[in-house]
Amino acid sequence: MDKTINVTLKIWRQAGPKVKGHFETYKLDNISTDSSFLEMLDILNEQLISEKKEPVVFDHDCREGICGMCSLYINGHPHGPDSAVTTCQLHMRRFHDGDTITVEPWRSNAFPVIRDLMVDRRAYDKIMQAGGFVSVNTGGVPDANAIPIPKKDADEAMDNASCIGCGACAAACKNGSAMLFVAAKVSQLALLPQGKVEAARRVKAMLGKMDELGFGNCTNTGACAAECPKCVPLSAIARLNREFICAKFKD
Amino acid sequence: MATKKDIQAAAEPKVTAAKEATPKAKAAATVEEKIDAKIPEGPLAEKWSNYKAHQKLVNPANKRKLDIIVVGTGLAGASAAASLAEMGFNVLNFCIQDSPRRAHSIAAQGGINAAKNYQNDGDSVYRLFYDTIKGGDYRAREANVYRLAEVSNNIIDQCVAQGVPFAREYGGLLDNRSFGGAQVSRTFYAKGQTGQQLLLGAYSALSRQIGKGKVKMYSRYEMLDVVIIEGRARGIIARNLVTGRIERFFAHAVVIGTGGYGNTFFLSTNAMASNGSAAMQIYKKGAYFANPCYAQIHPTCIPVHGAFQSKLTLMSESLRNDGRIWVPKKLEDAKALQAGKLKGRDIPEEDRDYYLERRYPAFGNLVPRDVASRAAKERCDAGFGVNATGLAVFLDFSDAIKRLGKDVVAQKYGNLFQMYEKIVDENPYEDPMMIFPAIHYTMGGIWVDYELMTSIKGLFCIGEANFSDHGANRLGASALMQGLADGYFVLPYTIQNYLADQITVPRMSTDLPEFEEAEKAIKEKIAKLMAIQGSKSVDSIHRELGLVMWDFVGMGRTKAGLETAIKKIDEIRKEFWSNVYIPGKSDDLNVELEKALRLADFIEIGQLMARDALMREESCGGHFREEYQTPEGEALRQDDKFSFASCWKYMGEGKEPVMLKEPLDYEFTERKTRNYKN
Repeated sequence: MDKTINVTLKIWRQAGPKVKGHFETYKLDNISTDSSFLEMLDILNEQLISEKKEPVVFDHDCREGICGMCSLYINGHPHGPDSAVTTCQLHMRRFHDGDTITVEPWRSNAFPVIRDLMVDRRAYDKIMQAGGFVSVNTGGVPDANAIPIPKKDADEAMDNASCIGCGACAAACKNGSAMLFVAAKVSQLALLPQGKVEAARRVKAMLGKMDELGFGNCTNTGACAAECPKCVPLSAIARLNREFICAKFKD
Repeated sequence: MATKKDIQAAAEPKVTAAKEATPKAKAAATVEEKIDAKIPEGPLAEKWSNYKAHQKLVNPANKRKLDIIVVGTGLAGASAAASLAEMGFNVLNFCIQDSPRRAHSIAAQGGINAAKNYQNDGDSVYRLFYDTIKGGDYRAREANVYRLAEVSNNIIDQCVAQGVPFAREYGGLLDNRSFGGAQVSRTFYAKGQTGQQLLLGAYSALSRQIGKGKVKMYSRYEMLDVVIIEGRARGIIARNLVTGRIERFFAHAVVIGTGGYGNTFFLSTNAMASNGSAAMQIYKKGAYFANPCYAQIHPTCIPVHGAFQSKLTLMSESLRNDGRIWVPKKLEDAKALQAGKLKGRDIPEEDRDYYLERRYPAFGNLVPRDVASRAAKERCDAGFGVNATGLAVFLDFSDAIKRLGKDVVAQKYGNLFQMYEKIVDENPYEDPMMIFPAIHYTMGGIWVDYELMTSIKGLFCIGEANFSDHGANRLGASALMQGLADGYFVLPYTIQNYLADQITVPRMSTDLPEFEEAEKAIKEKIAKLMAIQGSKSVDSIHRELGLVMWDFVGMGRTKAGLETAIKKIDEIRKEFWSNVYIPGKSDDLNVELEKALRLADFIEIGQLMARDALMREESCGGHFREEYQTPEGEALRQDDKFSFASCWKYMGEGKEPVMLKEPLDYEFTERKTRNYKN
């Protein structure tokens, strides 16, 4: 339980989007293996503040793996070496005494660095604004049980809907593609009768926006699904492609 | 127990200025303000329909001329912003995160209540209303709670129409489960991620309006003050968190949906950036802060495990559907567990004390949160805690796994079990989970009337940020319900009743002196903070505040303890304003400055909580004064003296606030001592 380790951190520091960045090396001693990765960074920042230095800027909020705010490329993996977790749920027990840990921001064309490890992910919001919704206004909708939905479809929709919009998929992709993110939303809504109505319009609008924003194309390498902290399946992309082809045939 | 006479007596003073509240308030009894909750006339079940039938509306052409600022993008904020924009208003929506989808509503796990009665188990709007009123220990407003129960059904319909993938049965219809404080299954859920799915539903509706240009979204912006012009809220001052620039925004009405102030305790289940600053800002501009001492301590959180800890993680209340809570019967077993010599599974069945089932046979493990939290504290205080610190109890699934099989349990709670395992490094399928209470939600908040308007005209407050619906304790799965009720179905109506009179008001320039002054005051405050250049980090002072809050304003409160807290918080305030160190510059991205501004407000909120808790000489819901308990250790209300909402009015810096009372008239329900035993 009360184990502690010493680690060396190589952290990307960058003052602004247009400024050249560099790695800074920090040593941290006696880090409890029960602390989370972000708590370890808190300790580093407390140390920097006590030395009157600028703390490392990184995004985080809920610290329970659901808000999608935390990011970080840790030792070459989005959200670090553990599987199926976000950085905030990664714990120091995954590291060993004496390890050197490299920490970088998401590196993707569409996610410019704001400072240090903080990036601008508004591109994902823009894709959602292009079509990631069902066009219903508040009120005037049918009773919730009016349309039965097979449990299998509802469950599969839920699996896709578990995407937290963190950006790990695009960051992991060598093409910087946001396909898994788009596929998750397209699949969730295409699987449900409520979303089916405008499925064709949605898939075209979202993909069009994705291309426009500078995300790359998909070459089915599968890095996105392998790194996704919420295990959105690669099959979502297959469904996306099917939905897209169907939509195009309708044109 | 309250007699009919008590209820009448409490109902008598229709209009109250705080004449007999506290000696302090007496001194300042010059404040003769009336608290008017504007509750519509008529029978309980007809109030909301009557209100809607007779309220003023704004026609579509005029809606286009009106701007509304919504601060916050949680369930309340996002649903309000989307709904108002759909209706035709121009909405300016602000959030502190990089995207509106990150608001902390997203972390709600268990579910959302609605009186659909799909299970045919005897549920109804009245029963949901009654359970909520009773769960809140008779300290909520009847009319508001009834309206909440009424619109609960619309919420589920709305969310399904948006494509929220609620859990379903094999027949294709919606599934339900039970939550604390209810004997029916009325909770709708989407795995253990209900808050996420509901928020993403609201976010998708919001995104649609942003795409249409009806909502202008300002992410990474933090509100720093409200601007009041001729007695009405007319805009806000906000800081662009990326550039550090202070900016001004005008609107015909301002809506605050910024959540609760649980982070006053430093360690809570809230997100790191959740804060009470917007509430504090509007309180200082004249909005009443109501019932600040009502904070909910959630019984099922992962116990504190180290001094470096930054937050506490909740384990959903839904786990209490199948998990059984226990501690050992024998002290020597507890000692062995604390020393790590035994594991939970080593304790034989006959030596386990399922204390909730023992004390509350009727509700068992599904008693309301306040009751479950206090029972856990009672056992741990008696020495029966089960982890190294002695501050944990077991939540055990072995019975459920035997009864249902591991697969079914995994299907229901898989993501929660995974989360537990990642944090604690123990497998909850094999060893019982360890849990302990933690601060989770604040029932208190900004006072609002029936229309969700604060005591400042044109300033509205929705969701957890207001005080209106949960009384002294919130039932599980009711926060999501309230947030969405306010945002989708209540505010879009009530705000029109106000805006109907504002259609001729032109858009105002943000160069007006009121904007200028508000901005100047903020810049001075920031300059003052930056100039301190002391030796303590913001977090280290916040931790100190948190400890004081937990020790003296936490689960068990006493007169002496609360007086100590008020003094200690004075010292913390002094320390903060003289010795905090903030690196960097103010006109730049500066996370430490953001935290410092929030902490300055947490200090004020903490003291207000302590003051309110000291004033309230009774135990009710989440507020437990050790002096007021039954021989069995249950909360003892004093209905004859405290059947009111305390509304604190700011009197200026360094001055004691004044308390006004909104009497709580129970016209339709009889107040009883809460009983979850039989």
